[in-house]
Amino acid sequence: MIANRKDLLGLEDLSADEISGILDTARSMREVLDRPIPKVPSLRGLTAANLFFEPSTRTRLSFELAEKRLSADTVNFQTSGSSVSKGETLRDTACNIQAMGIHLVVVRHQASGAPHYLARVLDAGVINAGDGTHEHPTQGLLDIFTMREHKGRIQGLRVAILGDILHSRVARSNIWGLVKLGASVTIAGPTTMMPADVERFGVEVAPNVDAAIEGADVVNILRIQLERQRAGLYPSLREYSRVHGVTRERLRRAKPDVLVMHPGPMNRGVEIAQDVADGEHSVILEQVTNGVAVRMAVLYLLAAQKGAGDPPTDSGAATGGSTGAATETHTVEATKRHDEPTLSPRR
Amino acid sequence: MTNPLCLRGGRVLDPARGIDRVQDLWIEDGKIAGLGEDAPAALRGNKAVEIIDVKGAVVCPGLIDIHVHLREPGQEEKETIATGTRAAVRGGFTTVACMPNTSPPLDDRPRVEYVVRRARESGACHVLPIGAVTIGQEGNALVEFEDLASAGVIAFTDDGKPVKNAEIMRRALELTKPLGVPIIQHAEDPDLKGNGVVHEGWVSTRTGLKGIPDTAESVMVARDALLAEATGGRVHVAHMSAARTVEILRRAKERGIPMTGETTPHHLVLTDEAVATYDTNTKMNPPLRSARDREALLQGVVDGTIDCLATDHAPHTDIDKDGDFDNAPFGIVGLETALGLYLKALVEPKHLSLSDLILRMTRNPLAVLGREGGTLAAGLPADVTVFDPEQRWTVRAEEFASKAKNMPFEGWELSGTILLTLVGGRIAYRAEVPAGRA
Repeated sequence: MIANRKDLLGLEDLSADEISGILDTARSMREVLDRPIPKVPSLRGLTAANLFFEPSTRTRLSFELAEKRLSADTVNFQTSGSSVSKGETLRDTACNIQAMGIHLVVVRHQASGAPHYLARVLDAGVINAGDGTHEHPTQGLLDIFTMREHKGRIQGLRVAILGDILHSRVARSNIWGLVKLGASVTIAGPTTMMPADVERFGVEVAPNVDAAIEGADVVNILRIQLERQRAGLYPSLREYSRVHGVTRERLRRAKPDVLVMHPGPMNRGVEIAQDVADGEHSVILEQVTNGVAVRMAVLYLLAAQKGAGDPPTDSGAATGGSTGAATETHTVEATKRHDEPTLSPRR
Repeated sequence: MTNPLCLRGGRVLDPARGIDRVQDLWIEDGKIAGLGEDAPAALRGNKAVEIIDVKGAVVCPGLIDIHVHLREPGQEEKETIATGTRAAVRGGFTTVACMPNTSPPLDDRPRVEYVVRRARESGACHVLPIGAVTIGQEGNALVEFEDLASAGVIAFTDDGKPVKNAEIMRRALELTKPLGVPIIQHAEDPDLKGNGVVHEGWVSTRTGLKGIPDTAESVMVARDALLAEATGGRVHVAHMSAARTVEILRRAKERGIPMTGETTPHHLVLTDEAVATYDTNTKMNPPLRSARDREALLQGVVDGTIDCLATDHAPHTDIDKDGDFDNAPFGIVGLETALGLYLKALVEPKHLSLSDLILRMTRNPLAVLGREGGTLAAGLPADVTVFDPEQRWTVRAEEFASKAKNMPFEGWELSGTILLTLVGGRIAYRAEVPAGRA
């Protein structure tokens, strides 16, 4: 469990037990989401700020939804990278957040390590919602959660991660989490997009997509960015698609019950063929649903350990106190397990 | 003039002249008067001589740093000639060569004269200005080399940026060759560097920070070696960081190509592992590289491939460095930690003798510039550094004389306490602790 952490910055930092703990909590949250009224009061009185220094639609919506399902107050800050002028702004933003008494900060930033900076200077808990080309831990968690939901385990799974590994924070978080939980990870992609010394992650580097897919339980396909072509990292989308695109034909090399995953948004017909994206193996939309559950779990666990929230239980009736004094009026039941059937909405 | 002085009972180390023995050093009229018995008898009998007891300490030629950013004019919030030279003498340096990437850059005579004048007015040590190679350091039009040299410029560089265009580099070498001064190259292919911020390797892979391959440096050094060979102009490679670069310089020297090189303290004591915490005080250019590169640099210093040791003192304000890694400026300050760090990197592990280290910080940097000096020979200006090689001290940025505090060595315990720095026979710095040990 991430019980004594202030922040979630990356899966590199977490132990296998901590990751499993989050996944278990996410299972309970997933049950909440499947209810007629999918809302619990766990984070009532807490304020979460979503700071998106880089454009994002689905991750921001997913976090915001997760916060609302947990009854947190939410504020959003979104700006395009170019309008933010350099480091002072991050510092000034941090000072403002600190002054506003925000409890949890969700941050997406184009600079790797920016959430680590905020985590150092803020009292609030910081959740990394994607930093540069470093990590995107909640995406990694939701991918692993989705795999576990379908396969019942992670240990021993053969997972292929395909595409632009160099620039992918999704790949890094997947790799850290999967390797820690005992999966066997194979990566493949253009040689220009293979990071230096990548085998030191504990992954196998396949010579091509076909070899990586061979016998895979899961195929996780990364988005290819158009700007990589401009940077000369691949000659054309046509070439990329021919050499690295996952087609129905190529997918035959995988296990018959293979899961096809993609963090979105997809370039249909480029890294993933149309009929693979919409095919019977695809769990891509399920990833989106699970994303909300996983983010609820992370928010809940960080809030609870901060002593700022109460567990999502019926006994949380004590939450009737004033929102301004959350830490005084809310009882923290650190020993309460989230997999107990205590997540009904306070209605 | 300054009072006559005698530094009594120190270990006089003058590596360029093969001197290493306990004796007195006599100073008169701002010049070295002589060592021990060789000093004029009249001076030795003069009661007015101020005697400074330096028993147990090393007395050596003043340290020389040929790679310093003093930031004046234009970036005085980071550093000035006054504060930068005070940092220098606090670190035992008596001469610094200052880089031309000021604002505006030192690319014409009035700007150079401004720096020379400000150094005379406010400097605590000698300042040798380095001129830009191209107007505005933009890599296109050449500066007036002869005019700048006659104004006091002792080398040319576009440091901060490379001279990217091979034709421009060729012509610059041809035009500076008759002046007898080197082109100092900040070797970095801008295309290979891209918008990288750290060494390309496992650490860049893990942190997601954009990598700068070692070839960004060595490709350009290889090109410059060919141009130096073809033109006979001298190239000095600034802040060498990569194993491949050391190898290229070694081969160039074997072929008799007029080429020299320097490295920095941080490249000898740290590797790219230091950037894993996203500490912006570990962001420098060239970046901290792998353990293998560090080993090759150490070897290059030991075997003389790397001629001299500099600092690349690069001051920035706290605000500059406060933020995410990508947006922070490159560079760290180095003048006040250089000797201690070099002792730690080279002498304490017994890669180099103390004498060989001092040679690389005194005579060798001047030789790179084609200049005399860097010794304690009688008649030379009395630029002298006195330090205790054993006495340990703790790095505290708040004690720095530099305006800037940006460096990753806070709290490090180092040896080599500077006790006294004499510039032209004048006491430019004296430690608060008494000279000599109890």
